[in-house]
Amino acid sequence: MQWETVIGLEIHAQLATRSKIFSGAATAFGAAPNTQACAVDLGLPGVLPVLNREAVVMAVRFSAAIGADLERRSVFARKNYFYPDLPKGYQISQFELPIVGRGRVEILLDDGTARTIGVTRAHLEEDAGKSLHEDFHGLTGIDLNRAGTPLLEIVSEPDMRSAREAVAYARKIHQIVRYLGICDGNMQEGSFRADANVSVRPFGAELGTRAELKNINSFRFLERAINFEVERQIDLLESGGTVVQETRLYDPDRDETRSMRSKEEANDYRYFPDPDLLPVELDDEFVAAAIADMPELPDVRRVRFCEEYALGQTDAVQLTANRELADYYEATVRAGGDARLAANWVTGELAGALNREGMEIGQSPVSAMMLGGLLQRISDNTISGKIAKQVFDAMWGGGGSADEIIQSQGLKQITDSGALEEIVNAVVDENRSQVDAYRQADEKKQAKMLGFFVGRVMQASKGKANPKQVNELLRRKLAP
Amino acid sequence: MHNKSIMALGAGLRAGDFSSVELTRAFLDRIAQYDGELNCFITLDPERALTSAAAADRLIRSGKAGPLAGIPIAHKDIFCTDGVKTSCGSRMLDNFIAPYDATVVSRLSEAGTVMLGKTNMDEFAMGSSNETSYYGVVRNPWDSSLVPGGSSGGSAASVAARLCVAATGTDTGGSIRQPAALCGITGLKPTYGRVSRYGMIAFASSLDQGGALTRSAEDAAVMLQAMAGFDHRDSTSAQEPVPDYSENLNAPLTGLKIGLPKEYFNEGLDGEVARSVELAVDEYRRLGAEAMEISLPNSELSVATYYVVAPAECSSNLSRFDGVRFGYRCQEPKDLEDLYKRSRSEGFGAEVKRRILIGTYALSAGYYDAYYLKAQQIRHLISDDFRRAFDKVDVIMGPTSPTTAFAIGEKADDPVTMYLSDIYTIAANLAGLPGISIPVRPVAGKPVGLQIIGNYFQEAKLLNVAHRLQQESDWHRALPTGY
Repeated sequence: MQWETVIGLEIHAQLATRSKIFSGAATAFGAAPNTQACAVDLGLPGVLPVLNREAVVMAVRFSAAIGADLERRSVFARKNYFYPDLPKGYQISQFELPIVGRGRVEILLDDGTARTIGVTRAHLEEDAGKSLHEDFHGLTGIDLNRAGTPLLEIVSEPDMRSAREAVAYARKIHQIVRYLGICDGNMQEGSFRADANVSVRPFGAELGTRAELKNINSFRFLERAINFEVERQIDLLESGGTVVQETRLYDPDRDETRSMRSKEEANDYRYFPDPDLLPVELDDEFVAAAIADMPELPDVRRVRFCEEYALGQTDAVQLTANRELADYYEATVRAGGDARLAANWVTGELAGALNREGMEIGQSPVSAMMLGGLLQRISDNTISGKIAKQVFDAMWGGGGSADEIIQSQGLKQITDSGALEEIVNAVVDENRSQVDAYRQADEKKQAKMLGFFVGRVMQASKGKANPKQVNELLRRKLAP
Repeated sequence: MHNKSIMALGAGLRAGDFSSVELTRAFLDRIAQYDGELNCFITLDPERALTSAAAADRLIRSGKAGPLAGIPIAHKDIFCTDGVKTSCGSRMLDNFIAPYDATVVSRLSEAGTVMLGKTNMDEFAMGSSNETSYYGVVRNPWDSSLVPGGSSGGSAASVAARLCVAATGTDTGGSIRQPAALCGITGLKPTYGRVSRYGMIAFASSLDQGGALTRSAEDAAVMLQAMAGFDHRDSTSAQEPVPDYSENLNAPLTGLKIGLPKEYFNEGLDGEVARSVELAVDEYRRLGAEAMEISLPNSELSVATYYVVAPAECSSNLSRFDGVRFGYRCQEPKDLEDLYKRSRSEGFGAEVKRRILIGTYALSAGYYDAYYLKAQQIRHLISDDFRRAFDKVDVIMGPTSPTTAFAIGEKADDPVTMYLSDIYTIAANLAGLPGISIPVRPVAGKPVGLQIIGNYFQEAKLLNVAHRLQQESDWHRALPTGY
């Protein structure tokens, strides 16, 4: 039988507010356990939540970014269940009335086709703490630093039909929240988490029973977990079994999913509106201020890059992958002029160096200004492309600006025709036999042989000779 | 000294007739003398009290003291007090030392009050007789075989017995007004949101409201002045400006329109209690007011509605008492589930468990619409009844409680009968309206309370109406024999 895969994602994006969603405690990652949890986060008797305005602003920005129906009135509800890292015995979330209604994003598949994926809703909620099962000799440690960190839970429609589509969608949401600056997107630290609802069905049939996959902390694992799960379900169905609705944990070490709890064991969360918080009412003024300084979004920027800088789709996609990189590219163009050259360098030499060092664009030792300065020297023929790579490496190593390096290392291209002619004459004199051979060869062979002389000239000039001029001079000198 | 008003005591303190330290000692002595029998206090802290009294004396000498400086008061043990045990009347919090002050506590401290101790209460404020307290019953100073009412029973009895000048309380379904009525004192429950709930251990968040138990409306005005006002730590606290509550206490009542809901004078009401209320209304007529019968047609749904909403909220509010981070933890838990089950089974008393079960049920999948949602809809109907009534009248009057104080043990095994003792007070909580109970003619030596309900944020009007009666009568001055 031909099976169709159906996937919906629930993405939890930790919002980049300074303080928690309902308290004044800091949200920074990595502090010593329980040092960033105040009375409210600890759920002490008598404390009350007060909504962080900034978290609401971020949700409004996200809503605008995915063209969603912003709900002008949303309500916080309590999701009741017991767990040691959930201090109050309930999580404050949004249930019936979320802040962000229906929206959509467009994903680009590898073959270049576009698909629209529906976003059902997005709601604000608080994160729980962490249970630490290691290092406590059979006991469990509780770290409540994360408790109360604001999350935006983004729920998609079951619109995806393959693991690759799911990854493309997750990457798109990741890209958007990072462009908006509302989430740092760090999957290792758990700031961006994706749970996948996966089911299979014969083509055209009703939706099958789904399993929810959790504990996925990279895009690679997302793809693998879904693929594993799809195969598991198909095997099960084809051998006459049935899929049960359950939550399954992905184990990246074994590359498999394991049952965590079934629907029967699931909690009745007893949602009800939180009486400690008023409904969130958004007026025009608030919304206008929240979206007043929206950044240009990735899709718009990609199209603009193609048009304004005459870039191909591949370059444009790569250069707009994240906002910092796109900003870097545009700053390089402003500093260096040639857009195509800049695209080549940013996606080539720079991306390679960053990759090698495991660095983010923000950590690059070569700033956009510096790279622009280098590109200028290529454009004005001060140096050749080859020397430019040498200069780039020197800049990367902290050797200063391109001009400083060219100056101090004497890398300026030799364009003085007198000086070049001297070098060319010397090379011609020293290689008489090759010159003779050249003169007797046909045109096709000559073109090949010219490379030898160019190489010698470049060697003699320590790479500084202007290659174009060298070519011309050689052709003239070697002519019979 | 113990029978003076806040204003008179303040004048004495400022004139140097006596110091706050002396005043505090006098009340601590009374507590030592009487509280063995009454059991009003869960925690006493004489050392701390005398230290703050000495600080108040310095403030008074500096001439910068307000009307509450140096006045010894007590806090219901539901308010968190920094460094002092805050038990909420429960074994669950018997070991809980709050690390911070409730807003009510800090505001009254800033006003210069001296905290004598923390008063007894029904466990987690769930009860109408103070019999559900882990710390034992409080006895009614008027007759020690009777309950003081609840849940603010310790606060009410301690003010009635003059073991403190005034006390704080909380009122979720009548927990200030009913014990005030049963103990013959004045109890004010402000409009929902008038007093910050921050640091007040939550029972039912949409109904809970802090207030004051005092000897008189005049004293209640001074207490409310210090307690009221917006608190950025409580999203449900009101932005509404705080008026001067003492300014218009003496305003004449000529033309005041009093509504008497016919539903509040029904068959469940004790005839003599009804007579006392009528006598008080007659007194108001004499003062120039006009009384008329009104109807609050959905009143009969109040108790049923309340016993869905309040348990539902409490079932969630009390989830944090899980034995993990603070409070009672069972011995030698086998695993996580055992830790939860036994800590909560052993830490909570029967009434609290009953309400958690009712509330959990009411919020469960498949029942939510039929119970919780329906109850919220009826709440709107009840509020609408009041809204229509206040189009016609300025205040609503009736009995605070259908009977006088009942015997200890009398209703303890019959929760429904117990719940009905709040039948007249619950509606004000459901609607969020302010209410005050003041003593009127006693019946067979037992106090009776007149309840006055006002429109939203009309506390000043309620205090004015209550104070005028207290100017014309002596019912609030009566002291239980032996105190």
